[in-house]
Amino acid sequence: MLKVERLTKRFGEKIAVNKATFSAKKPSMIGIIGRSGAGKSTLLRMMNRLADASKGSITFKGEDITALKGAKRRAWQSRCAMIFQQFNLVPRMDVVSNVLHGTLNRRSTFATMFNLFPQSDIHQAIEILDRLGIAEQAPKRAEALSGGQQQRVAIARALMQDPDIILADEPIASLDPMNAQIVMEALRRIHDEDGRTVICNLHTLDTARRYCDRVIGMRDGKIVFDGTPSQLTTGAARDIYGAGADFSEAATSTEIETLERPDTKTKVPA
Amino acid sequence: MSETTAQIQANYMALVNRRRLYGGLTLLVFILLMATGFNIADARNAGGFWEGLHRIGDYPADVLSEAWEKRADLPGLLLKYFPALIETINIAAVSTLIGALSGLVLSLLATRGLARWPRLIPLFRRILDIMRAIPEIVIALMLIFILGGGPVPAMIAIAIHTAGALGKMFSEVAENADLKPVDGLKSTGANWSQQMLLGVIPQVAPNYLSYTLLRFEINIRASAILGFVGAGGIGYELRNSMAWGPGRFDEAAAIFILLFGTIVFFDQLSSRYRNRLTEGAHQ
Repeated sequence: MLKVERLTKRFGEKIAVNKATFSAKKPSMIGIIGRSGAGKSTLLRMMNRLADASKGSITFKGEDITALKGAKRRAWQSRCAMIFQQFNLVPRMDVVSNVLHGTLNRRSTFATMFNLFPQSDIHQAIEILDRLGIAEQAPKRAEALSGGQQQRVAIARALMQDPDIILADEPIASLDPMNAQIVMEALRRIHDEDGRTVICNLHTLDTARRYCDRVIGMRDGKIVFDGTPSQLTTGAARDIYGAGADFSEAATSTEIETLERPDTKTKVPA
Repeated sequence: MSETTAQIQANYMALVNRRRLYGGLTLLVFILLMATGFNIADARNAGGFWEGLHRIGDYPADVLSEAWEKRADLPGLLLKYFPALIETINIAAVSTLIGALSGLVLSLLATRGLARWPRLIPLFRRILDIMRAIPEIVIALMLIFILGGGPVPAMIAIAIHTAGALGKMFSEVAENADLKPVDGLKSTGANWSQQMLLGVIPQVAPNYLSYTLLRFEINIRASAILGFVGAGGIGYELRNSMAWGPGRFDEAAAIFILLFGTIVFFDQLSSRYRNRLTEGAHQ
């Protein structure tokens, strides 16, 4: 279904993503982990076509995505929703309008200018918000919401696009553990209930382990690990993060429970 | 008590419909005002808009055709009017410099949180308003009447307007400046000028310079226009050659070319420097 082949991105001398290759045969929930600067974001931006690939190709259901231009590229972007770390909503507009932005690819500039969204879309937007548990916030301005709520609005915008793929670029990196859990559970539910592919950049190991069926590890632009969460041993994780023997999973954790886990091997100085 | 989804949908639809109604009414009023306003303006016009519309290209066509016939003289004419152009640019440069410096002082005095005498903020704001409100050409005409024609009245007129316009923009930039460095300097016993010089100016300098360069471009145009009322420079020559009518259109064309070239040149130059100031030099 989805095939990424030798995908490469150069910024001048620097290679951000180096011959990334992976494929997914059926809709799945994939977590991409790695240090900051490993090329995770660039990889997702290329898949959405926010950034152009320097080399290599992305194929979805037999269609070459990297070759799309103009209106066709925008049509692909509407089928491949993106969620950002900083939510990237329009802060001064109300929540429902932000969700309706998911339909912009189907709307003319004229209809957008006069805010002429059909009633059925408005109702659908509020139903999606209800599904994510924030329907009460519908008429508020996006900037008035908490981070966790804003990220759920961003997810609602993505769902409004009715996409085949949802790309999430560090969706929980700006959220506290409680909200991080709500957002990750929402993404998991979207995969389970709607059968959409979710590809999620994460910088914490345990989140990837807990919510994803498959984990891809990136280091310095290269894919260095690709397997199930159970195959992701501490040794493999050290490889991905380029860390030494003192590396423990708890060090990257955002989960509340890990802080109290008795088996973490923290040395207490005598 | 949480509402049901249906209620939320109904309430939001009501909100949307109200917004659409207001938006539609605003648009209608706008179109009506535009249409009636145009008719009134057209009726009061001396010649009539529609009768004159097709002749809009006549004058430029005359100028161009005559200039083309005498194209051999063009390089000589460009050379002849070059000193006048330098005078125009000089007027603009001096007035921008004086205007920006006085605008800087006035803006700091008129900014909340920074002002030396907070109670006098409204006074300095009104001074800036007055400086902006009086058109350059009015000040220039007054000064030409008193001081006689020449570049000095034009320079003063443009400097006054520049101080008012830049002072307003400077003050808006200064309002957003971070006050922590000012507090730090105040705590050491620094006086007001020292606080401003070291605590505020470094923060706002890139923005100020960028606005000043933009103003310089505007002032070149302004100084050319003031030439029309006898303030010297290239505008004066342009008026003379245009007022003579056919026969000296080649001179008018040469002056237009000089003016156009200068404005493009300074536009490019200043946009380059403004980019460097706001984004930093490329390594």
